[in-house]
Amino acid sequence: MVVWTDFERSTIQDIFSKMDYEVVGPAALTRCLIVYPWTQRYFGNFGNLYNAAAIMGNPMVAKHGTTILHGLDRGVKNMDDLKTTYAELSVLHSEKLHVDPDNFKLLSDCLTIVVAAKLGKAFTGEVQAAFQKFLAVVVSSLGRQYH
Amino acid sequence: MTTLSTKDKKVVKAFWAKVSGQGEEIGTDAVARMLRVYPQTKTYFSHWKDRSASSPDVKKHGRTVMAGVGDAVAKIDDLKGGLLNLSELHAFTLRVDPANFKILSHNLLVVMATMLPNDFTPEVHVSMDKFLAAVALALSEKYR
Repeated sequence: MVVWTDFERSTIQDIFSKMDYEVVGPAALTRCLIVYPWTQRYFGNFGNLYNAAAIMGNPMVAKHGTTILHGLDRGVKNMDDLKTTYAELSVLHSEKLHVDPDNFKLLSDCLTIVVAAKLGKAFTGEVQAAFQKFLAVVVSSLGRQYH
Repeated sequence: MTTLSTKDKKVVKAFWAKVSGQGEEIGTDAVARMLRVYPQTKTYFSHWKDRSASSPDVKKHGRTVMAGVGDAVAKIDDLKGGLLNLSELHAFTLRVDPANFKILSHNLLVVMATMLPNDFTPEVHVSMDKFLAAVALALSEKYR
């Protein structure tokens, strides 16, 4: 069972409550597709991903970025039982989508950088630690049902 | 994985020109974040009394790291050759597990994002990430 300090809890709630999922989601996913281009393998039917400009203007990417953030939102609202919260999504990513779980970490890193850019100095080392801890537990939960 | 294109080198040099003035701040912040967010990295600094962001040891080390990165930018056309001494240092004296290079790189990128959010675009991000990975590879040259 993950133990969350009061600071970690309030930091996560604070960051996500102030976040515009429709901006941050697309920004994180597009960054991931640009910085780690092999992740594009999962989006063969998304149309034009030929260059950074195409990726950033792609409406399917934007929509999926938002979907991902809403998926994270579930975790924000269930921090004390992330294992169960993500069990179904874990099975989906393993059995149906066949996503290499290493990719979860890549997307996490991009999301961290997008949030860091947004918060600037407010994204202190303490805040970063809390944020990355949350994402690490989500990533672990998403990988749990792989076999 | 780590061949830098002409475009990568141009982007890295241009971005470095923008940030090198704040090199000390960036290095210190990155090292402090690394120690805080990845506590296993503290094992390399057990000889420091104070491992917090305000510690003089952290500041000094941040400066040292950024000087190394700046050196790497200048030698971007031959990182293996240019960073030979640093590679020997890391291989035979420091013996830092190369996995930690990735960790420090990530924290350098986070700091760059907090300090220059508008300049740290996805294109700059990918070139800097490739560059830091190439530096890490050059630093691990002499390990075995």
